[in-house]
Amino acid sequence: MSIIENHKTDGEPFCDNPKLKARDVCVFYGEKQAIFDVSLDIGANEVIALIGPSGCGKSTFLRCLNRMNDTIDICNITGDILLDDENIYAPKVDVVPLRARVGMVFQKPNPFPKSIYDNIAYGPRIHGLVNHRDELDEVVERSLQRAGLWNEVKDRLHAPGTGLSGGQQQRLCIARTIAVDPEVILMDEPCSALDPIATAKIEELIDELRENYTIAIVTHSMQQAARVSQRTAYFHLGQLIEVNPTDMVFTTPQHALTEAYITGRFG
Amino acid sequence: MTNQTMTTRAKVERSMGRRRRAESRFRTYGMLSIAFGLLCLVVLFGNILSKGTSAFAQTVLHTEVHLDKDYLGLTRQSSEKELMNGNYEGLIKQQLRDEMNVTKRSQRRDLYSMVSVGAHWQLQGLVLDNPDLIGDTIKVDLIMDDEVDQWFKHDYPQGIQGRLSDVQYQWAMQWVEAGRLETRFNTSFFTNGDSREPELAGVHGAIKGTLLTLLVTFLLSFPIGVAAAIYLEEFAPKNRITEIVEININNLAAVPSITFGLLGLAIFINIFGVARSTPLVGGLVLTLMTLPTIIISGRAAIKAVPPSIREAAFGLGASKMQVVFHHVLPLALPGMLTGTIIGMAQALGETAPLLMIGMIAFVVDVPGFITDPATVLPVQIFLWSDSPEAAFTERTSGAIIVLLGFLIAMNTVAVMLRRRLERRW
Repeated sequence: MSIIENHKTDGEPFCDNPKLKARDVCVFYGEKQAIFDVSLDIGANEVIALIGPSGCGKSTFLRCLNRMNDTIDICNITGDILLDDENIYAPKVDVVPLRARVGMVFQKPNPFPKSIYDNIAYGPRIHGLVNHRDELDEVVERSLQRAGLWNEVKDRLHAPGTGLSGGQQQRLCIARTIAVDPEVILMDEPCSALDPIATAKIEELIDELRENYTIAIVTHSMQQAARVSQRTAYFHLGQLIEVNPTDMVFTTPQHALTEAYITGRFG
Repeated sequence: MTNQTMTTRAKVERSMGRRRRAESRFRTYGMLSIAFGLLCLVVLFGNILSKGTSAFAQTVLHTEVHLDKDYLGLTRQSSEKELMNGNYEGLIKQQLRDEMNVTKRSQRRDLYSMVSVGAHWQLQGLVLDNPDLIGDTIKVDLIMDDEVDQWFKHDYPQGIQGRLSDVQYQWAMQWVEAGRLETRFNTSFFTNGDSREPELAGVHGAIKGTLLTLLVTFLLSFPIGVAAAIYLEEFAPKNRITEIVEININNLAAVPSITFGLLGLAIFINIFGVARSTPLVGGLVLTLMTLPTIIISGRAAIKAVPPSIREAAFGLGASKMQVVFHHVLPLALPGMLTGTIIGMAQALGETAPLLMIGMIAFVVDVPGFITDPATVLPVQIFLWSDSPEAAFTERTSGAIIVLLGFLIAMNTVAVMLRRRLERRW
């Protein structure tokens, strides 16, 4: 399999009320190109699933959306990514407020080696979102409640966050992300390290979060993509092959590669 | 097919014996090398302890001294200066002479030399503390000279005369029979500075010098080393220059320490005019020596912080500084401290570079500040090991015990600090 010459993304990569717009995004790791001319809209209050075989660039693309790739020296990005019509790669843009607006949840739960409370409070503290201890307590409680973790941890807020189970840790990380009240949440295979029950809880949570946030989720599980997302984007070797409403992708895929992937011919 | 699996199994079975033998052989080698290491340690410690513990005991003579007003020419109302200048030495000599009925000039010298030349300071000290003693007869435990001390501690139990002359031996035996010779804990070993007289020589000056030198070393090398490690690991651009810096730091860690001494002599003393033989210049030189160790271990500790913690903080919108100071540094600190303590322990035992900057000088006074002339424990050990007197040999081992005690204490503190600061993730 190789890169398709002059490929144009099938389906509907653009939508009516986009929160994030990616236009002709190319990503290079040194000499090697990882993403080829990806253009994609991520609509407000929708969950978009990015799927594709390993190494297809879906995580790389996701990490471009809040400039997490900046931390990799050899990584170069061309093209535009617009958040509410502002280019996040413009020279004057500071990544700190950008990442406060576009939060991220990682593959492996990565709570700080601090208490549950301090994990949640860290973001609001560094961004100066609260003035009083009481306000901070409120933010912590609200974030934990939204992440569906409050009832499980309310009696041990000052216990270390690393002492929770894997699923709880991941919900803690989600709570930590929503504590800074972002507009977009990026999730990079958030359930790949979790058991099915913990996964179900996270998926339920994603569905609830959609009311307030725009969510882009990278996943290896097609069932998960089918369950949580409204639109699905299929990546293949760094190219965006097809974007369509989720039920359409899984029932009547437009592109042969998409069909091959979802029917399990490779992956 | 069956036949083939049989042969495979048989082959595996056959090779098992060889593999088990290889394994047990390897275990034996391992245990032998550990046993050898332990043996060396036991011999070393046994040797030092057997030679050195007697340095912590000092022979004294129970004596009654009459503080004769007329002989001393002092009264209870005399000024402090007069009290200081009293002829206590003569008083002791006179009383010893009378007591042992010695008249011959040569015998007198023999007698006087049995008591330490520092004995009169004992009297002086007592009188200065309490002038009302003048005119009274007081009991003092006079410090004996090192020859008597060595004889009483080592030769007397074996019933030999040792290096004492015939008359001295007689007198000493008289004292022993009267129960007047005794060993007691050698406090002056810990309260005195260096001295030409072994029985008066102590490690106080060297300990104080060591502490001051290490203080300077720590205050300079820890912040500089940690800052350099953080900058190189987190902020420096990865290019040719940083690569060269990195290689040079690694090379510096392997430079012979005496070279740092020469450098210190040339730069700190000759160019900047820092006073030689002081803890300040010693600390500066040892800082140069420990910096590479601290930087290298600091960088390793920073590298060991899991990238997921960094990502989590960056993902929340923490700035580079916040990521480093809120997350990376707290997690790397135990490792950095370990490296620092290792570096400090190295500095504690370092002798060669300090010889170059004059810390080998014979310093009697206990240093009070980093700009006072001082010596350090390893140099003190080096100095004493060069002296011919048996009592100095003993004190050499005694000082080694003190130095090892310091090392063990430092390492214990390091382990405890690391335990307390260590966090799991």
